[in-house]
Amino acid sequence: MTRDENKEGIKGMANPGRYGIERIAYLLMRLTGLGLLGYFIAHVYETSNILRGRMGWDDFLAMTQTTEGHLFLVLVIGMCVFHTGNGIRIMLGHGGVGVGKPARPDYPYNPASQNYRHKIGIYSSIVLAAVAMMYGMAVMFGE
Amino acid sequence: MAQVSSVADEQPPNPLSTTKSILLRISRFNPEFDETNKFMEFTVSYEKWTTVLEAILDVKKHHDHSVAVRYSCRQATCGSCGMLINGKPRLACFTKISELDSNVVTVEPMNNFPVIRDLAVKFERLFDTHHKIKPYLINEDSEVDSDEKEFLQTPKEVENFIQFANCIKCGLCNSACPTMTTDSSFVGPQALAQAYRYVADSRDKGKDSRLDIIDESHGIWRCHFAGSCSQVCPKGVDPAMGIQFLRGYLLGFRS
Ligand code: HEM
Ligand code: SF4
Ligand code: FES
Repeated sequence: MTRDENKEGIKGMANPGRYGIERIAYLLMRLTGLGLLGYFIAHVYETSNILRGRMGWDDFLAMTQTTEGHLFLVLVIGMCVFHTGNGIRIMLGHGGVGVGKPARPDYPYNPASQNYRHKIGIYSSIVLAAVAMMYGMAVMFGE
Repeated sequence: MAQVSSVADEQPPNPLSTTKSILLRISRFNPEFDETNKFMEFTVSYEKWTTVLEAILDVKKHHDHSVAVRYSCRQATCGSCGMLINGKPRLACFTKISELDSNVVTVEPMNNFPVIRDLAVKFERLFDTHHKIKPYLINEDSEVDSDEKEFLQTPKEVENFIQFANCIKCGLCNSACPTMTTDSSFVGPQALAQAYRYVADSRDKGKDSRLDIIDESHGIWRCHFAGSCSQVCPKGVDPAMGIQFLRGYLLGFRS
């Protein structure tokens, strides 16, 4: 508590426990965004192996044919689907779409912006990501 | 004497009273002397209707007068008594102990505000950011010198901004905001909601100048629509809604 502004820091930013599913979606969006960025960089690096000719390419591709490689790709599928689904919800929200209408506030003051439309958007992004991950597993492990 | 006390004993108990007790843990910290905060614990009895502020004042009255707490109206109107109650920003005068559903109530100063002492925090920065967005009607016409007696508004026009005008500057939203946990320069949900309050007012002509003020790197773009501000607001202001409407103007979704 010696810090001047008593800020919670990254720990507080990433603590999803107190403010409902919207704050969890916020955290997942950051994590999946950073995860995808990491994957994207690795992906550019990986595909650049084609410059080493067919052998180099095949060698590198073999990494994704292991169990760990498959699980990693399943995670990437999940991150991709959640990030895209939730990203579309956030872009609409950022434009003021589906965030409710101003009205005279009344006790118990439930905020109209935290409404079922956006909650459905979050839950469906999570469910879609889970379904895509299961499909991915079925394809990769199913042979 | 014995008779007096037996008369007192005969008083029927208040049928509504259900006196129980909780452990109240109060964060103590004086930046002048202390390295870090310590918790002091007090057992406080409460009724169904006792607020957290009343419990703290009870401690001040009977146990330790030095506990620093700011309050004034005791009715969720002045915006003085914001603090973390069991980890969440709330108004102490608007939070009943019975609704917390816990035998232990922990009170700490709000996050993202410098601590003056114990539960009292500095509001200078919040007032600065509030002031920055020009929290007043901008209109060259004035009700004083125009022919019209007053600027009339339809009930619909009032409804467009009245919820945002409910803000009591308590700072709970700034304390809950995930951007404010790390960014000391962010203008914050309180000020952004007030920018929308005036932009949405049919008497105001300052929309462009306010959009200019918030369209900067530590302005509106640091909001990620996590919604925590709206979830803790005790007055139904819903800052997250106002902020997305403002961004809608900047992104061209609204005009
Ligand atoms: C159709 C696909 C995508 C959509 C619709 C989308 C949408 C979004 C949106 C709306 C945000 C802002 C969220 C906010 O305001 O908090 C965001 C953040 C981000 N996205 Fe994406 N995105 C997509 C694909 C990607 C890809 C492929 C990558 C990686 C290369 C990526 C990396 C990031 C990162 C790093 C962030 C910042 C996260 C943060 O600061 O919280 N996104 N995305
Ligand atoms: S918007 Fe709500 S939480 Fe924020 S300062 Fe105003 S009344 Fe308090
Ligand atoms: S004492 Fe005024 S808001 Fe709580």
